[in-house]
Amino acid sequence: MVAGPIDASSTDATVRRSLEATSPRYGEMAIRFFLFLCAAISVAVTGAIVISLFVPTFSFFQEVSVVEFFTGTLWAPAFANASFGVLPIVVGTGIVVVISLGVAIPIGLLASVYLSEYAPSSVRRVVKPTLEVLAGIPTVAIGLFAFWFMRPLAETLLPFLPWQGPFSIGVAALAVGLLIVPVISSVSDDAMRAVPMALREGAYALGATKFEVSTRVVFPAAISGIVAAVVLAGSRAVGETMVVLIAAGAGNPHLTFDPTKGVQTMTSFIAGKATGDIPTGTIVYDTIFAVGALLFTSTLILNMIAIRFVRRFREVYE
Amino acid sequence: MTQGSVDPGTKRVAIATSGARAATLAALQSSSQRDKVVHTVFISMMLFALGLALLGLASLIVYMAVEGGPRLEWGLLTGVPSTISPETAGFRTAILGTLYVVGGVVLLIVPLGVGAAIYMEEYADNSRWWNRLIELNIQNLAGVPSIVFGILGLAFIVRGPLSLGFVAASGSLTLALLVLPTVILAAREAIRAVPSSITDGSLALGATLWQTIKGQVLPSAIPGILTGIILAVARAIGEAAPLLLVGAVTFVTFNPKFFADGYSTLPVMIFQYANRPQDEFRILAAAGVIVMLILVLLMNSLAVWLRDRFERRW
Repeated sequence: MVAGPIDASSTDATVRRSLEATSPRYGEMAIRFFLFLCAAISVAVTGAIVISLFVPTFSFFQEVSVVEFFTGTLWAPAFANASFGVLPIVVGTGIVVVISLGVAIPIGLLASVYLSEYAPSSVRRVVKPTLEVLAGIPTVAIGLFAFWFMRPLAETLLPFLPWQGPFSIGVAALAVGLLIVPVISSVSDDAMRAVPMALREGAYALGATKFEVSTRVVFPAAISGIVAAVVLAGSRAVGETMVVLIAAGAGNPHLTFDPTKGVQTMTSFIAGKATGDIPTGTIVYDTIFAVGALLFTSTLILNMIAIRFVRRFREVYE
Repeated sequence: MTQGSVDPGTKRVAIATSGARAATLAALQSSSQRDKVVHTVFISMMLFALGLALLGLASLIVYMAVEGGPRLEWGLLTGVPSTISPETAGFRTAILGTLYVVGGVVLLIVPLGVGAAIYMEEYADNSRWWNRLIELNIQNLAGVPSIVFGILGLAFIVRGPLSLGFVAASGSLTLALLVLPTVILAAREAIRAVPSSITDGSLALGATLWQTIKGQVLPSAIPGILTGIILAVARAIGEAAPLLLVGAVTFVTFNPKFFADGYSTLPVMIFQYANRPQDEFRILAAAGVIVMLILVLLMNSLAVWLRDRFERRW
């Protein structure tokens, strides 16, 4: 601010208001620093996750050989004669991912093509939020639904399969599939809607039908977003806990590929073990962290792939 | 180009026009029958897929309503958990536990989530590596399995550095970290949707950056931010896996306290009732699922309504 009345003799330069801030604005700097801390907390959380997983994992691998862990086919960490081959529960997770994606990819993609290309806006306004509701259903509810309703139904419909006991990893995986349909449909719907209208109009002008425009123009143009959707859904299936804990059971320690049996996954092992009170410092306690580290690493890789693909489709059309 | 030679020009146009008409007619006629079949088949496949997903949702709700129907009364909400008499047992302590845990989650995620979003949208200079690291990191955290947050809670919050023990506050903190990325991503979308002409105008009038954010950006972005917070809270209400690791499995028959031992939440209590062999407990658990679904679906619809109602086109 310019103080005092303007002197007739003063030049223009002295009258001109300064554009510099009149104070260093310490308040603004403090706010900026506080907001930066809020954002930086997420990095600290990741750091804490890595430390809390990998430090006990390190002590775990001092007692169990890495080769035994990754190639052993008997998973019995709590038995008197303990065995630490992680393959059976990795295969359990694999079964869940394969079956759930096998169900969710066709359903999710068809639903998203319908929503983005075919559905009238009135239908879209109702159906899209409804699918989002499906994504919001607590996984405990889905797990109990699979355990109480889908498993007996599966046995009634397919009586010739060798069903055993109340658990089945295949049924659990179907329920996980239901759970990840909205992940696939909403992410790929976004990707397809991001395809510019000009591409569709160009194809129509060349005489393409709606089916051809949807499947040969829009779908390929949105492919990176669709891949991201599938990878994200896969990552979600790897990390899904309650459904497999309830419907796939504690399982047996041996390696099996049979989806009608109860099989443990990486997540259901962690959840099942940790509910019992295990003393810290024991090898069983460290096992939770070793399996957790494996789980974290695999989902991290999937997420990085998905992020990469999402970036690509954003770059092209925005 | 056509200057001085009008005659060959018109001729060329005429030939081109008739050729185009013939080609268009041929294309349109040949496409009719086969394309119609393809169209119908494809539409029915899509509707079938959509129907299957919606059928799954509907049958889940109907099944739980039929199963748990007999126990839908006030005693379900006010009854104390019991392992002996399922006919009178209820979810009182678990509902209180959920209130405590979710209350703590809200207190933590609102300032942290909104603050982080403001920083990333308004302050962060993306040519700096640490800002890009934060961004990548939040996207990754959003995809980390919930059970891993349970392990983090067990190692860092219940034991380790914070050592709070198996109390409701530990559950709160764990779930807050779990849903924080969701809130940040939603709040960022909402802030980004405020056009730069508004912020530029405010800055040009001499407001500082923070005054602009406080006076212009946040008021316009609040519906979007609120939607994100509600969705995060709905997720926190239904989340069970990480809580299994941070102590919510104790079978509490007394009202919980925030920093004192022993708490449970609605989904974890449902899981425990469902684990018991007797049929009465199964009915009890199904009735609990209905209560939880009503809570979660109400919050989700509120979020969708908010988004539709206040979505602004600039």
